[in-house]
Amino acid sequence: MTTRAPQGRTRPGAADLQVGRPGVVWALPAALFFGLFALLPMVLVLVLSFTQWSGLGSPEFVGTENWSRLLDDPVMLKSIGLSLVLTALGVVTQTPVAMLLGVWAAGHQWNRAVLSAIFFVPLLLSAAAVSVLWRAVLDPNFGVPAQMEWLFGDGNLFGNQSTAIAVLVFVSLWQFTPLHALIYQGAAKAVPPMLYEAAEIDGAGRVRSFFAITLPQLRNTMITSVILMVVGGLTTFDTVLILTNGGPGTDTTITAFYMYQKAFRGFDFGLASAIAVVLVVAATAISLVMVRLSGYDKMRSELEGV
Amino acid sequence: MSNDLSVTPTEQVSGPTTSPTSGGAPRPGATSAGVPLRRRAGRGSRNRPNWGAGVAVTIWLLIVAIPLYVLVTASFQTQAGYAAGGPLSLPTTFTLDNFTNAFDQGFGRYFLNTLVVTVAVVGIVVLLVPPLSYAIVRNRSRATTGIFRMFLLGLAVPASAVIVPIFYVISVVGLYDNLIGVILPTAAFCLPICTIILSGSMRDITNELYEAMALDGASPKRVFLQLVLPLSKGGVATIVVYSALQAWNGFLFPLILTQSESTKVITLGLFNFQTQYGVNIPGLLAAVVMSMIPILLVYLFARRALVQGLMGVGGK
Repeated sequence: MTTRAPQGRTRPGAADLQVGRPGVVWALPAALFFGLFALLPMVLVLVLSFTQWSGLGSPEFVGTENWSRLLDDPVMLKSIGLSLVLTALGVVTQTPVAMLLGVWAAGHQWNRAVLSAIFFVPLLLSAAAVSVLWRAVLDPNFGVPAQMEWLFGDGNLFGNQSTAIAVLVFVSLWQFTPLHALIYQGAAKAVPPMLYEAAEIDGAGRVRSFFAITLPQLRNTMITSVILMVVGGLTTFDTVLILTNGGPGTDTTITAFYMYQKAFRGFDFGLASAIAVVLVVAATAISLVMVRLSGYDKMRSELEGV
Repeated sequence: MSNDLSVTPTEQVSGPTTSPTSGGAPRPGATSAGVPLRRRAGRGSRNRPNWGAGVAVTIWLLIVAIPLYVLVTASFQTQAGYAAGGPLSLPTTFTLDNFTNAFDQGFGRYFLNTLVVTVAVVGIVVLLVPPLSYAIVRNRSRATTGIFRMFLLGLAVPASAVIVPIFYVISVVGLYDNLIGVILPTAAFCLPICTIILSGSMRDITNELYEAMALDGASPKRVFLQLVLPLSKGGVATIVVYSALQAWNGFLFPLILTQSESTKVITLGLFNFQTQYGVNIPGLLAAVVMSMIPILLVYLFARRALVQGLMGVGGK
């Protein structure tokens, strides 16, 4: 029950406004559940990073050993560089395509609606299905590269670092562009049509209208979308696991995949936790920035509290 | 106002208010109708056919559609037929063996497991999120604001970063290799987005309606059941579809939290199939097709709910 005083209006029944408001109790079950399975692990990961644990028995406290091992680990350093490269390439490729597609799809033409429905399909597939599909499509012996040797040369795209990275960036583009396009579409629809009409009366063409009206109006959306891409790019590894398995060698072993490898293949859960802390800190810092910049936490309808 | 029709690719972004004649695939009539109008003030670029957009969208359509074409045609071909023709050719053989083989490999079982996980996750989300969103929208105390902020923070904390501690928690409580162990964290990680979607749609209920109920002396429970729930049906539909999609497609938690055949879900089945029989591409892709069928059905019938929900993620 809120303790806020009734608003200044003195119409009959205004005092009764406070009746029938739900107590905090209504929020508690969800909060506890979320705390237990999402927030507690975030605390635990820090604790585990100071222990040694092989998955059996109890974790043993070992001080900062994992951290010093991590600092001296050449694969870890290499993986951070790879994560940054893949994330940056993801942002650079997905943002323009998603923005153009989103703004395009925001039009009311019937053909746009039909095509958007097709463009949306990759978003429905699981990361596992997307990766398995592309692994098959790009198979060196039975896939598209074998059929189009004039374009792909020997066709083993997974065999060296630059083509393997290109594959990962391209598959991410295929997989995640629809989500971001959808976000931009929602924002583009909310741009007041009046602005475009005014610009046209002033003689602005398509390009000019885009840069003078659409782009500034999509600024906040772009911040949100880019930060989602960065957080996702730094932490997801399922595509890497299925498509390249970190290879050739460790040439596509990004930090998140390295964490998975250390934990669930090397059973070195302490070291993996230290890697996870690095990831969580980076992701949380970015989330805070996102909440601040987008004003999510201040989101209240004008209708509430009239 | 530019007079030529050969626009650069960037010009496809003519904004959301473009008229019906400037679509990606211009109709013949559009050009002739557009020419005389173009010079009139106030009509301008919005009536020109957008050739740049047409080309760009066609390229993107090919990028999206080619793998999907390979997926569908390969899954109905024999292994020999596929190897002979290559992925992009028109299919020359037809067989349903790939699908029956996938069933023999255990995909029927995986299907059932995934269904159990999906139903349970949706159940938890529908039980927890509406009361939470109701409290967030109608209770303005510090505690509720704090809880809302906690969920906002959780929104961008990716599940993959906490798989080690989640593995630890699930092992300690003895739910390793148990579907319940997969269900709980999957549902938890659905909560932030579902809460934002549903509280967004609950905010649109006008205050007058609450006042009317308050004048009747309605309890919070009655307000919730008789006013809030019926008026946020659309939002509830969205979170159902969204959490079902997340649960059905979930890969990470099953990967780290299960190991035996009896608890395998379909995404994990695909991954194992690939590592074991990677050369049998038609068989593999038939399994992928099977894993997609339920989602495609939902997409056909509840596209709106899904699209609305995902659009809400980006904020307004």
